Amino acid sequence: MSDNMNDMDQMQLFNDQGRLLNAGLPDEEKALFCDAAPQVDAPYRGIWEKFLNWARSESLWILGFGTGCGAIELRPLMTSRYDMYQYGVQPRPTPRQAGLFIIGGYASVKTMKRIVRSYEQMQGPKFVLGLGSCTVNGGMYWDSYNTINRLDHYIPVDVYIAGCMPRPEALLAGINELKKLIKDGKGENANKYAENFEWYKGNQKKIIKDWNMPDYNW
Amino acid sequence: MLTSILTKALYTLISFFVILNYSLLLLGTMARVRAKVQGRIGQPVWQPYIDIIKNNARRSGVTHGIMFYLGPVFRLAGGLGTYFFIPVIFGSKIFANFSFSGDVLLVMYFIFFGQLGMALGAGESGHPYSPIGVARGLAQMTAFELPFSLAVIAVAAQYGSFSITEIVAAQQGGWQNWVAFTNPFAMAAGMLAFLGMSMNNPFSIVIAPQEIPIGPPTEMHSSFLGMLQTNRAIFNGAKMVLFMNLFFGGAAHPNIFIALGIMIMKTFLIYLYVVFVGVSFPRFRTEQSIRFFLGVPTLLGLIAVIQQMI
Ligand code: SF4
Repeated sequence: MSDNMNDMDQMQLFNDQGRLLNAGLPDEEKALFCDAAPQVDAPYRGIWEKFLNWARSESLWILGFGTGCGAIELRPLMTSRYDMYQYGVQPRPTPRQAGLFIIGGYASVKTMKRIVRSYEQMQGPKFVLGLGSCTVNGGMYWDSYNTINRLDHYIPVDVYIAGCMPRPEALLAGINELKKLIKDGKGENANKYAENFEWYKGNQKKIIKDWNMPDYNW
Repeated sequence: MLTSILTKALYTLISFFVILNYSLLLLGTMARVRAKVQGRIGQPVWQPYIDIIKNNARRSGVTHGIMFYLGPVFRLAGGLGTYFFIPVIFGSKIFANFSFSGDVLLVMYFIFFGQLGMALGAGESGHPYSPIGVARGLAQMTAFELPFSLAVIAVAAQYGSFSITEIVAAQQGGWQNWVAFTNPFAMAAGMLAFLGMSMNNPFSIVIAPQEIPIGPPTEMHSSFLGMLQTNRAIFNGAKMVLFMNLFFGGAAHPNIFIALGIMIMKTFLIYLYVVFVGVSFPRFRTEQSIRFFLGVPTLLGLIAVIQQMI
């Protein structure tokens, strides 16, 4: 980020042609990145979309982001005791292939930047699960100088799981809740993000001061 | 002329349909077998179908260029090419595919063709882990190609033919005629090379999720990934059918359904052997796996070839 840039310039997202300004990037790098904002991808209608939603809900690939201590409860899901595979859930180490983003606890401002990047790199429809009280309202870090309080101010969240820390059973219950939402056609948060892009970006940029990445990370 | 082309097309479609569904179900079954070993219940047998539908149903996709598009296409071409030149059931018109004299050479080429295409596609994705995975994959491939080729050469020398159909024909008349018993060294070398080819443990370093997310396909998503998964099933099926033909007498019976049953039983056992080894051994590093393939398996292959010469 160039030093003479003030906060107002950072906040401005679009140029006259509706392209992203990518104001945080140095000029010589701007051409390397895409300057298109996310699009709303309308769902199909009727029984076909229902079928696809069923497939989406029965094949959830997790991108587990162990941001906080609660993430320790993610691991037991893979063990023989909880065995998430039987519910069609499995870990996937790359955001490109994953469909379910699990934020495992408090998100510090530094991590928030990576959360935004990873979330935007996932392909829609994508779902977010906030694990632990820290993602709901800040939890025991609610007055910390360095963590965010409400995750859904920065990326849309489908299901919150309260508790400090929630047990794997609670996590499974949350995943089953999410499955119901998807089957009901309510898992459209990727589109919500695209529709309210400016609001989300404004919130993100308010807390991430060293914004040196593209405005939308493809 | 036209009718013969149309019947051939119909037969090809049937053969494709059978192998695709069989292989997908087999992948699902084996995931369940693995789960049982670990004391879990495991995913439903039809999970591979759901995964493919889900991936194709993703609404957005990002491309990194033309080669990125072509990577999965090449891979699929490799899988289909491998399958379509192998006769699945001996003596059956429907499942003869496009086998001809010399098909074993073409099939060997196709097995590696897909990987090279994928290497180009993965390279263009620009993700640093993809080329690392590709480099590991190609290094391992070069190593297991040696015992595999030696095994194939030994079998070809044994029967004086490069045609899979003729190799299968020569093994008819009882299990004592199978290559596994008439030429056990070739079988051993081939089956050890098969472990590397199927990229299961201990040779899964190519797609090690913990260190290089998942190697070559790190950036592949949506329908790109759906295509790769479809290919994985076909390619797996094709390789198992090839090994069944080369070493275990192929599948032959006047009744097509019984012949299919034989095919399913033999390939199931071949895959079970891979899974058995996979759950029993931890992962090799690249240099360890190269050293492994250039050791005992290559030696066995050499013995098999020398045996045929004297
Ligand atoms: S909710 Fe509790 S367990 Fe979870 S991240 Fe916050 S402090 Fe840690």
